[in-house]
Amino acid sequence: MPELNDIPEVQHKSPLNFSWLILMAWRDSRRNRSRLFLFISSIILGIAALVAIYSFEYNLKKDIDSQAKSLLGADLVIETNKTVSEDAMPMLMKLGDKRSEERAFASMIYFPKSEGTRLVNVRALSGEYPYYGDIETSPATASRTFRLEKRALVDKTLMLQFDAKPGDSIKVGELTFEIAGVLNKAPGQTGFNSSVAPIVYIPLAYLEETGLSQKGSRITYNFYYKFGEEVDVQKLAKKLEPQLEKSELDYETIESRKENTGRSFEDLTEFLALVGFIALLLGCIGVASAIHIYIREKINTIAILRCLGASSRQAFIIYLIQIVGIGLIGSMIGALLGTLIQQFLPMVLADFLPVKITVAISWAAIAQGILLGLIISILFALLPLVSVRNISPLNTLRLSFQETSLFKDPVKWLVYFIIVSFVFGFTYLQMGSLKKTVFFTAGVLAGFLVLAALAYAMMWLARRYFPSSWSYLWRQGFANLFRPNNQTLILVVSIGLGTAFICTLFFVQDILINRVTLSSSKNQPNMVLFDIQSDQKVAVSNLTKSMNLPVLQEVPIVNMRMTEIKGRTAADYKKDSVAWGAMRGLEREYRVTYRDSLSDSEEIIDGKWIGKAEPGKPVYVSIEDGYARRIGVKVGDELKFNVQGAPLKALVGSTRKVDWNRIQTNFILIFPAGVLEDAPQFHVLLTQVPSNEISAKYQQAVVRTFPNISMIDLGLVLSVLDEILDKMGFVIRFMAAFSIITGLIVLISSVLISKYQRIRESVLLRTIGASRKQILVITALEYFFLGALAAGAGIILSLLASWSLARFTFETSFTPDILPVALLFLIITSLTVLIGLFNSRGILNRPPLEVLRSDV
Amino acid sequence: MDIILNIQNLSKTYQSGGNTLTVLDDINFAIEAGSTMAIVGPSGSGKTTLLGLCAGLDRSSSGIVELNHIRLDNLNEDQRAHVRNQHVGFIFQNFQLLPTLTALENVMVPLELRGEKHIRPRAEALLEKVGLADRGHHYPSQLSGGEQQRVSLARAFSNSPKILFADEPTGNLDAETSEKVVKLLFDLNREAGTTLVLVTHDLELASKTQRIIRIKGGSLISDELTNTQNLNHAGA
Repeated sequence: MPELNDIPEVQHKSPLNFSWLILMAWRDSRRNRSRLFLFISSIILGIAALVAIYSFEYNLKKDIDSQAKSLLGADLVIETNKTVSEDAMPMLMKLGDKRSEERAFASMIYFPKSEGTRLVNVRALSGEYPYYGDIETSPATASRTFRLEKRALVDKTLMLQFDAKPGDSIKVGELTFEIAGVLNKAPGQTGFNSSVAPIVYIPLAYLEETGLSQKGSRITYNFYYKFGEEVDVQKLAKKLEPQLEKSELDYETIESRKENTGRSFEDLTEFLALVGFIALLLGCIGVASAIHIYIREKINTIAILRCLGASSRQAFIIYLIQIVGIGLIGSMIGALLGTLIQQFLPMVLADFLPVKITVAISWAAIAQGILLGLIISILFALLPLVSVRNISPLNTLRLSFQETSLFKDPVKWLVYFIIVSFVFGFTYLQMGSLKKTVFFTAGVLAGFLVLAALAYAMMWLARRYFPSSWSYLWRQGFANLFRPNNQTLILVVSIGLGTAFICTLFFVQDILINRVTLSSSKNQPNMVLFDIQSDQKVAVSNLTKSMNLPVLQEVPIVNMRMTEIKGRTAADYKKDSVAWGAMRGLEREYRVTYRDSLSDSEEIIDGKWIGKAEPGKPVYVSIEDGYARRIGVKVGDELKFNVQGAPLKALVGSTRKVDWNRIQTNFILIFPAGVLEDAPQFHVLLTQVPSNEISAKYQQAVVRTFPNISMIDLGLVLSVLDEILDKMGFVIRFMAAFSIITGLIVLISSVLISKYQRIRESVLLRTIGASRKQILVITALEYFFLGALAAGAGIILSLLASWSLARFTFETSFTPDILPVALLFLIITSLTVLIGLFNSRGILNRPPLEVLRSDV
Repeated sequence: MDIILNIQNLSKTYQSGGNTLTVLDDINFAIEAGSTMAIVGPSGSGKTTLLGLCAGLDRSSSGIVELNHIRLDNLNEDQRAHVRNQHVGFIFQNFQLLPTLTALENVMVPLELRGEKHIRPRAEALLEKVGLADRGHHYPSQLSGGEQQRVSLARAFSNSPKILFADEPTGNLDAETSEKVVKLLFDLNREAGTTLVLVTHDLELASKTQRIIRIKGGSLISDELTNTQNLNHAGA
């Protein structure tokens, strides 16, 4: 044995370096790494979601850029929904090296073989459009051959619905076409478009013969142009702009389409990124709570280090290094997972995308994700971590003498501030709108606060009204809700938020479906006929009555444009950037009716309803209240109209509130009787069909006799809406899954932490003779109470949110369906109990001493 | 003679529910470098609090604590940590080894905290000295109580402290193990010439030191020399 004085003295002294702190952080994490990893794993899915969405966004941008030509199919498109004026025609016919013309309108088509009818988007096409990309058909040649004869391309969903095959025929208006092929995809079309408005292409040469292009029909005219390589189309379009504007023609170039498509997908990716961010935030709450407990367990170690001479800063840095390390690993795994998940996003979103998405690894997205994960895990871990600075070395002598104060630290409030600022800043980067950002941040904060408040309230109530008469096991399980080191707050917030998320999704879907089904209930119209010409009005009405169907409403409709508001034209308003509402009002077309009385869905807000115009006196119109505000007019203001060529002056006689939620014809503008009777007009008829069979028969009868009349079957609208909601629901559910699984991971890690908390107690109980069964019951009861409270709190939050959405956004009543909610409650509660018991099985199955020696 | 620890008018009070609780009241004593001393007293008498204050683990409410001529009461917590690292060694009743570090690493930590390099040979030699040369790579949970306390001894001497504070060093050990640990403690202390301050209520252990001060109700009630050989103290 060496003499103490013989022991070598240490010679080389150098200031304490960072590498030792890293070494110490590594050593200290030794028996905790799997736990640390579990804590941090709650951010993995959030990061994965964000990296997947960012990668998708980058790829989408790239693909829109590279496929923009085939989106538009031409270098330039000029479009209008009015008959093209004679003056503009020569210019339109002169432009471009190659040109095509298309007229698009809604019409019924009839499948003679199956006797089916359906409202479709008819496109009558001439020329070789598209010049870029293809009209995708099967057989592929059909996209060319249909143009040569009386043949049509029919959307694939229609072909399926009516069991039609190429070679069968369809009737469009008064003309029968042979189906040349199945239309798989028109340029720029999405799967989503296809279910809302399926397309049927016919050659333009036969449009006249169908009898559908009569005056008053709402036709969109498209002129497609291809230019030589040398032409700068963007410049040319700019040069043509004044002339186009004068003729009321719009245009689109590849550049502008690129921008528009990009912009519409920005909204989508923005929404998805925020859903991912919520998952990440949820995970961070888990991280913060896990690290809080972790640091609590480390108090003694930190006190020893402090005793041996470590400064508070060194102790803090040792644990910060652990968090950074594990945060980096978590973020990297998240980024990897995100890159994998990204492969599936194009599949999930396929129906909404006009371009084919290439899947490529986006290093920018990966870097963004890792950086975000690192920052956010550090920020949230800082909350408990700053307490490390305050741990006294005195804890080595007596641990509980002076409770380390965790809440009276101003630095903590600074960390809270930084977290909220970070959430705000991140959201702002995503949304780019201050107002939206404030709403989102406030919403997230409110969600967390409401849940936290509910958790505190529940703890208070549990203590205040403690059921002393219950048996010991129940009391013990129940008391765990509010005893020191309880997990009530973290579990209620994390599980509650997950539950609220799923529940709200379900409610919103329900509200939307309900809103439509309510309107389709008994005594409400469920079939709308429009484009009825004046000379067909009586005959259609008679046909309807002959089939024992009621004529619930017959409304005349006159198309017109507003030319002046308060004496100013669109050109005047254009100079005034504030009055863009008025300018919009002057740019659109109005479908107006006239009648002598108000309907029961209308209510005068201001002014007086005047139902009849008197000759020689001003014409008083009624305008919808909200719209009046948007274009900036009040009662008494003057409006000028162009009724298909004829000028008309009117004064605003009243503003009125309209219940738009009813299935009936509603109008922004109503003229009094006695003004528009002789104007070119068409009519709308509303009826109610009792069943699908009668609906089909009625549609066939109408389409056969009056091929120009279009019909909207509410049953069909409902099924289309259902389909759309299903598709959107799938996307939302896919994203929500990240939050839900994150919630589960937080649940698992929270339960695992509480296992460490409860271990001593359970072992003590076992030591003094509690049976395995008794411990099992106590544990199960504790998690039952926790799960039930958390799920209950989530459902309450979701009810509040859904009710507000129904009340303020959808303006409808909200009656939640109890059964699925009860089911969700049961599932979440059982899951909590199961995970709790599964994680605690170690304590139950091993002898107390072994547990004490190995785990504590 | 050089005074290593000088305590003057030391008091410690706590606020508890609006009442002021006096734990230590006007304590005065001084210790010569290289001497040994025991603080004894019944439970709750304030002896551990006194040890904490002497070692710079806590701040006094009033009075002076001077350790190796440094006024601890004027230093903040991080400065006191530095003083502890440079001049103080600790032995605790419940050993207080870092559970995630091996025995060898535990011995190395005080030196590492000083930023010193090539410390492994010294730590290994210290472990050999306490008879645990072959247990260096074991974790505390794999060692018996006596072994843990011996690692703790090696750690306490690793930074060649001027003064060693021991809080009930045998409190968690059986009689036989206690005897071995105490012998080792006094042997190492004698060899290194370190000042030893021992808190205990084991009078037999206390009597092995050169001087015993008794605390009761927060006050110093006696300060006497033991009949241990080589008396060499400054007196109170």
